[in-house]
Amino acid sequence: MKFIDEFRDPRLARRLAAKIAQISTRPACLMEFCGGHTVAIMRNGIRQLLPSHIEMLSGPGCPVCVTANRDIDRVIALSQVPGVIITTFGDMLKVPGSYSSLQQARAAGGDIRIVYSIQDALQAARDNPNRPVIFLGVGFETTAPTVASAVLQAEKEKINNFYVLCHLKLTPPAMRALLDLGEIRLNGIICPGHVSTVIGTKPYETYASDYGVACVVAGFEPVDILQAVEMLVQQIEGGVARVDIAYTRGVRQEGNVRAQDLMNEVFDTADACWRGMGDIPESGLRLKNRYDQYDAALRFELELPPVKEHAGCRCGEILRGVIRPLDCGLFGKACTPENPVGPCMVSSEGSCAAYYQYGVNNG
Amino acid sequence: MGDKILLAHGSGSRLSHDLISKVLAPSIMNPVLARMDDSAVLDLSGRLAFTTDSYVIDPIFFPGGDIGRLAVCGTVNDLSMSGARPRYMSLALIIEEGLDIDDLRRIMESVKDTAAEAGVQIVTGDTKVVERGKADKLFINTAGIGLIEGGTDISGSNARPGDKIILSGGIGEHGMAVMSQREGLHLSLPVVSDCAPLNHLVSAMLSVSKNIHSLRDPTRGGLSSILNEFAKQSDVGIIIEDEKIPVHDGVRGACELLGLDPLYIANEGKLVAAVAEADCSKVLSAMRKNKYGQQAAVIGEVTTEHRGRVVMKTRIGSSRIVDMPVGEILPRIC
Repeated sequence: MKFIDEFRDPRLARRLAAKIAQISTRPACLMEFCGGHTVAIMRNGIRQLLPSHIEMLSGPGCPVCVTANRDIDRVIALSQVPGVIITTFGDMLKVPGSYSSLQQARAAGGDIRIVYSIQDALQAARDNPNRPVIFLGVGFETTAPTVASAVLQAEKEKINNFYVLCHLKLTPPAMRALLDLGEIRLNGIICPGHVSTVIGTKPYETYASDYGVACVVAGFEPVDILQAVEMLVQQIEGGVARVDIAYTRGVRQEGNVRAQDLMNEVFDTADACWRGMGDIPESGLRLKNRYDQYDAALRFELELPPVKEHAGCRCGEILRGVIRPLDCGLFGKACTPENPVGPCMVSSEGSCAAYYQYGVNNG
Repeated sequence: MGDKILLAHGSGSRLSHDLISKVLAPSIMNPVLARMDDSAVLDLSGRLAFTTDSYVIDPIFFPGGDIGRLAVCGTVNDLSMSGARPRYMSLALIIEEGLDIDDLRRIMESVKDTAAEAGVQIVTGDTKVVERGKADKLFINTAGIGLIEGGTDISGSNARPGDKIILSGGIGEHGMAVMSQREGLHLSLPVVSDCAPLNHLVSAMLSVSKNIHSLRDPTRGGLSSILNEFAKQSDVGIIIEDEKIPVHDGVRGACELLGLDPLYIANEGKLVAAVAEADCSKVLSAMRKNKYGQQAAVIGEVTTEHRGRVVMKTRIGSSRIVDMPVGEILPRIC
């Protein structure tokens, strides 16, 4: 397939792996922030191609995984309000909240529909004018512009039964929080590909200049990732830290200005609660006051049961890169994709699911 | 007779008789069915294979087939995968009130054509009509009987180290063709379902080799499920090579878009076989002469290592485990 096969070229991949082995002389700890990268790394067995002194950690870049129990409990409660239609991306369905999951809420009678795009949620609102249609807004900067444009569309068409339960999150504040925690010592970050398409590379500059961490934005094919690792090793070996782009076919320095404008038009930044990292200042998005009428959290004030965390679940530490999935006592035993205890095992882009699916030998 | 199925069509009244005699039976008529007794009486002796399946696919018409063709192929293929020659089938319809009778006619035509292609007879049947909302347009249940020749012993437990793994053609076509028609996806793919009866392909394979150890059609759960079943049932390891697995470009593209893996997507006209290495090339060339096996390829082999596990060699020279799919296959979030 054109535009993909080039980035899966086995010869190019091997050449890059050989180059990394040749130039890398010292231990280095790298983190891929994004869940999409975690899956690509596991699926392609990339760690097997790297020298053993290069350590790869998986970061908190799976929007499903970092959604806090409290926020899942809220959407489950909303789904049981008579008349309400919940629309969500499929990944959220199986994530356990404190007491149940959306999948169980659906079996209990909730009208919960999987959509492939927020446009389908808008359509459900047009088709059911007498019922509140709530879109579960979970995602990063990749998803946020589409939510913004749907809100503007609803306003334009005067669709008054459309709501967003906004749990959108921002990547750079979480990266900073991770570095500030000081639990892990990173030499380099593989910066997210699609998020960077929207926000550009400027937000990462502080990690290079203030924290001395090398940053490279990567695509999602094996050659993309190996190239990013090679560029990170170049920086680390040369004793420099800056922000480079390996994913030039997808990312420009300034990002997608139009998408950024849309986000700025509709959202304010707000504190957000991340699973495993707690409340991080200014790390989430909320609808601006003038769009209050679309805010599901304001429209439906519900009493929620107390939040309950799952005993033994170490998703928090896994999301912070402090431990690997294999270090969790529940992994593969009490916690499997069939019976997930924590969200990292549920989401297709969760680190635990990736480790489980593609084999612990790759870890 | 009106345009739509009414509850009265299932009531045993004259309407029911009309439906059966004018719409359902004519297209599939044969001497056994023509007796119209309460059960079909068959003359059979030898080792029998017996199978049953139900079909609830939505939509009932999809690119490359419909629920009627699917029901016949599914049953024929289940029998064929035991090495049996499919002979007779039952066909029971559960129809939702309001179904277009023309749709039912089209489906019965397709049942007829597919049964003729496979050389099976439908010898008994049943029709029920349920209230609107109690079924989704049309559900079909079938059973099938086939004959197994002496000496044939094919089972998922029979794969042996050294066997080659043969796949009959490109994977994921049925699943993606159906998924592209689902509400909300709005995909127009150049992919049609591979839905096909594989009994003649299997006969061709059996006629050149007595050393076909395992045979299965990778329907729901896809190729990965079948290989994992072979590995676990036979207590062997299986190693496959990514670049040897045929995948139609349209399937690959759609899978990329939706974050799905073709290894987990359903097929309805493909088979996977574990064949003794010595017979591999003659089985392969017999397969390639059949219209449903033209793209047949050796994709891997059975080994004594990593028993119970399927391992894939990636295109870039690393390896990874191929596990069973888990639960409902859902497109990813971002």
